[in-house]
Amino acid sequence: MRTTGGALLVGVAVVTASVVLALLKVNPYLYFAGYVILQYILIATAWNILGGYAGYVNFGTPAFFAMGAYTAIALIKLGYPALPVLIVAGGLVAALLGLAIGYLTLRLRGTFFSIATLALSVVLQTMIMNWEFVGGSRGLSVLRPRGAPFGNYVVFLFTVMTLLAVAGVLVARFIERSWIGRGLAALRDNEEAAECMGVPTLRLKLFATTISGFLLGVAGAPFPYYVTFVEPNSAFALDYAVNALAMPMIGGTTSWVGPVVGAVLLGSASQVAIVTISSEMNLFIVGVVLVAFVVLAPEGILGLVRRLRGR
Amino acid sequence: MAAALLEVHGLVKRFGGFTALNRVTLHVKEGERFGLIGPNGSGKTTLINCVSGSLRPDDGRIVFAGRDITALPAHRRTRLGIARSFQIPKPFRSMTVQENLDIPLEYAGHARSRDAGAEAAEILRMIGLAAKAQVRPAGLTQIEMRKLELARAMAARPKLLISDEAMAGLSSAEVDDILTILFRLNGEGITIIMIEHIMRAVMRFSERIVVLDAGERIAEGTPEEIVRNPAVEKAYLGE
Repeated sequence: MRTTGGALLVGVAVVTASVVLALLKVNPYLYFAGYVILQYILIATAWNILGGYAGYVNFGTPAFFAMGAYTAIALIKLGYPALPVLIVAGGLVAALLGLAIGYLTLRLRGTFFSIATLALSVVLQTMIMNWEFVGGSRGLSVLRPRGAPFGNYVVFLFTVMTLLAVAGVLVARFIERSWIGRGLAALRDNEEAAECMGVPTLRLKLFATTISGFLLGVAGAPFPYYVTFVEPNSAFALDYAVNALAMPMIGGTTSWVGPVVGAVLLGSASQVAIVTISSEMNLFIVGVVLVAFVVLAPEGILGLVRRLRGR
Repeated sequence: MAAALLEVHGLVKRFGGFTALNRVTLHVKEGERFGLIGPNGSGKTTLINCVSGSLRPDDGRIVFAGRDITALPAHRRTRLGIARSFQIPKPFRSMTVQENLDIPLEYAGHARSRDAGAEAAEILRMIGLAAKAQVRPAGLTQIEMRKLELARAMAARPKLLISDEAMAGLSSAEVDDILTILFRLNGEGITIIMIEHIMRAVMRFSERIVVLDAGERIAEGTPEEIVRNPAVEKAYLGE
């Protein structure tokens, strides 16, 4: 996985494996739960481009995710129900929101930036609740397109989300290893010094917020077809804000591997908890694990591995 | 060598009701060793922040190598050839010493990533940090941290190097160490502005000195002239 070619190959292999899995028609619940975990891989990876690489902690993940979901709903209602259209459009709308957030970084840093993103999420949720066209606060039912590949739309969405997650991870990996990633790391460490060393900090921050927003919107766009009933409380759920932050923190924020590891571990754990204990327990588990990691292993699992290897 | 590399015209900077710089004008010639001194709070660092682009002046103009740079963001000025070290070291803490240098080499020094390594190694050898190339800043001593600041500024391949109190808190031998480095850089043709409280160092280093007090320029001259200037004595010691 050292070279870009190798990473691409692994990506293709993962997507192929998901198609094979789709053809096998195993227990339908596995596709249903797998979709959620894959969606979280994409969300955690997208969040980490801004939060991990650039060091700007975004509490407003639900806003971006919901932008993707509600753009999709608006397009479905307007008569454009094709999934690829929804994904691209949802991503673009969330990217615009990301660009706007990027300009906030001119004035707001650290905690204040985080609070502003949280406020953004609340404001947008209120706006959506009052927009009847997309269902308002009552929500809206969505009909899935007919004739899904693999004979089942959830199984189809599972393969689509695999493709999106793999693409998102490849994008993050590419950014991390490019001059952009090195510049983001510099401004995360010290923004003033980075700017004085020739790093165009504003441009890089705008890039990070936009691409992060785009991928979060992409993650949210298939959501209406997945749940078939969308209301503001599910699209703007606190889970997204907490998980988007907890997964990279637990995995490790400095590398693209971290969010993937964190999302797989935490995502699977909460899916198991939902089935075996209760649906309310999963946020509790996330909270406890997050606190434990912040105290005991602030650099996440990647940091632990590095320490064990003695580096 | 008489052409002015840096011209500052009537620079004004206010913070709320406080005027930190009040119409400061100065010229730094190409290849010059220029000293900027003044009591604490006299506006030295504010002036440097305006020149390097960290702060926007309220009035006045800054011209570098014949080009008006007043409105340029800091990173563009660095690319044109203005590099600085920080009074309180601001290293990139997640990176090794070598990686700290890679940032300006890549972003401002126009180095391709292939030969960035060789360039970084050469700068570190010249400055005496070669043995610490793979160490993170947390493992450096005070003087090594100051040297990293200078090395990182050097990696931007500057025409003008601004050294903001690179020697504060260092021992006498360490001050000489830094002075030797700065003399050598100047010998390579780099214009240097030194901001310093250690008079022994500024007086030995500078060809010309400007004195700031309460945001105003109160004196200019050779070190000998400055030492004998009554206004300077008053600014430092009071009536």
